[in-house]
Amino acid sequence: MASIGVPIGDFIANEEAGIDRPMPLAGARKKRRRFSLWRFIVLFVAGAYFLIPIFAGLKFSLQDISGRFSFQAIQNLPSAPGFSGAFWLSMRLAIVTLVVSILLMVPTTIYVHLRLPRMRRLMEFITILPIVIPPIVIIAGILPAAPLWAKSSPYLLSFLYVILSMPFIYRSLDAGLSAIDLKTLVEAARSLGASWLRTLTQVILPNLRPALLSAMVLTLALVLGEFTMASLDLWTTIPVWIVQFNTASSGHVQTAASMLGLIGTWVFLTIIVSIDRSESRKSRRKTGTL
Amino acid sequence: MTNVNEVATSLPLTHTPPASGSRVELDQLVRVYGSVRALDGFSLTIEPGEFVALLGPSGCGKTTVLRQIAGFEQLDSGRVLVNGQDLSNVSAQKRDMGMVFQSYSLFPNMNALNNVAFGLRMRHQRSSQRLAKAAEVLEMVGLSDQAKKYPHQMSGGQQQRVALARALAIEPQVLLLDEPLSALDAKVRAELRDQIRMLQKRLSITTIFVTHDQEEALSMADRVCVMSKGRIEQMATPAVLYRHPNTAFVAQFVGVSSRVPTLYRGGSVDIFGQACTVRGDERPTEGAEVDAILRPEDLTIEPDPQGIGFVTHKSFLGATTRLVVQVRETPVRIDVRSDQGEELELGAHVNVKVISRDVLVAARVENSATQTA
Repeated sequence: MASIGVPIGDFIANEEAGIDRPMPLAGARKKRRRFSLWRFIVLFVAGAYFLIPIFAGLKFSLQDISGRFSFQAIQNLPSAPGFSGAFWLSMRLAIVTLVVSILLMVPTTIYVHLRLPRMRRLMEFITILPIVIPPIVIIAGILPAAPLWAKSSPYLLSFLYVILSMPFIYRSLDAGLSAIDLKTLVEAARSLGASWLRTLTQVILPNLRPALLSAMVLTLALVLGEFTMASLDLWTTIPVWIVQFNTASSGHVQTAASMLGLIGTWVFLTIIVSIDRSESRKSRRKTGTL
Repeated sequence: MTNVNEVATSLPLTHTPPASGSRVELDQLVRVYGSVRALDGFSLTIEPGEFVALLGPSGCGKTTVLRQIAGFEQLDSGRVLVNGQDLSNVSAQKRDMGMVFQSYSLFPNMNALNNVAFGLRMRHQRSSQRLAKAAEVLEMVGLSDQAKKYPHQMSGGQQQRVALARALAIEPQVLLLDEPLSALDAKVRAELRDQIRMLQKRLSITTIFVTHDQEEALSMADRVCVMSKGRIEQMATPAVLYRHPNTAFVAQFVGVSSRVPTLYRGGSVDIFGQACTVRGDERPTEGAEVDAILRPEDLTIEPDPQGIGFVTHKSFLGATTRLVVQVRETPVRIDVRSDQGEELELGAHVNVKVISRDVLVAARVENSATQTA
């Protein structure tokens, strides 16, 4: 067997030439074991950092007031005052945000890639601004300036969430578009008689699916977890409800709501990834290259 | 493995060829990018069913010409006419051009069959009809067994053949080939080159082929258009282009040549002590310093210990061997029979003689004494 770190060509050449060299196998194994151990330690620490708070939250949400194991908090959640209103508002905002973001950012990103490639740096800078500027500054600036009809609608929040989600959507789409030869694909489709709309729907979007899905998951997670803007605009979304809900057992119910939000996002992510994987598997099976 | 050429010739051609190819006229095309004139009054007429290669160095404007014909870019001025119809303001979608790109351009989300059927779908053909036709064209390029495969499951050569099938399936007015072979390895490139030429002849489709590879251009095209700085240097058949280049640029770009500095006197130039008449209508002024441009086969050598030059390099090319002979300060390339070449050692002294009746001359280039192409 060719040893680790020795090119197979060199190894064969040395074997043929009868060169008797010490095999660095044991040393390499030792090094690899030490390396694996470090990797395991890093993985363990990082895993603990993320999982311990989640585990603690989950444990707490599955306990009653006396500390015994119970599903009571989760069972009480749908009937908790204001929960269903907050839940559906969050869902509506998430859907509107997703639709507006995709409609706005997909054509923009494609246009920048196709016609204004020199503007990509500027676009990156613009889209990163919502991360640099705190949400409280954005909402404090928007509220006095927005007309009354906009302030009286919860969907003003959706348009603000579009701004907040811009870095995630733009970067996902930018990465997706960079991974394909966009210009050639568009030109090929156009020369074959496809209109711009058909080029977009039948050639570009199917090849952007993974990027679109990741952009959607990130946007959904952001909308379902945003508190500052919703609170200042006086709309009770799920995060606002979690903070405002206050009863004797509210801690357990609030934590259960947070856990459900987290699990809901994971489930959504898992479904999307599974659909994507099963599609690729199907295509491979069809062509017999499984 | 199936020989693609056999496939192309042996299959019955049920794919309807156009009655005859389209006539393409490019009239005074101008395209300017900033301060660069990519096309500078470029005019060209291509006869129906003709295979024309646009050949030139990088940046000479050949791809710009193709993109103008395809409708991917706006002209600053000039007209593109196909069968007399002005397409200058018609979008790429409606020009009815089949194009094969340099990079692999198959749609990654579609298998080979659907890629080929895409153009037919855009023409609203019924599903059964378009799939049958796509299968037929795929068979024509010898890839019917790859119909269900996705681009990432095919080799580069197979992908380019599918791209060719996709372009041919729509029965375009003009087939545009933008260096489709440049990303392929030598063996596949040679196979696909022959297949493209064979299909083009059988379908009588007007074809414009952009390449920087002179071997491809000379071996495939009916006529070759050599371009430089957005203009045509010379448009001729491959044989004429090689044997009778109009300009020094063409002589140097097409084939191999050596520049030998000399003086023009009395209608002839002196090359290694031999008076040679000057080819072409344009004559230099009397006494002008010029470069004679010589092909390797224009010269011959005789071993001579007192000879004027000595062999500095030998390249075995099969039947012939190419020698580089240093004559004073000028390296000269000369082709000899390989058995003769084998007898000559590096450093051997030789005499060099010009065997062609006349030679092409060009204005002296500063470092021509050391220049070969």
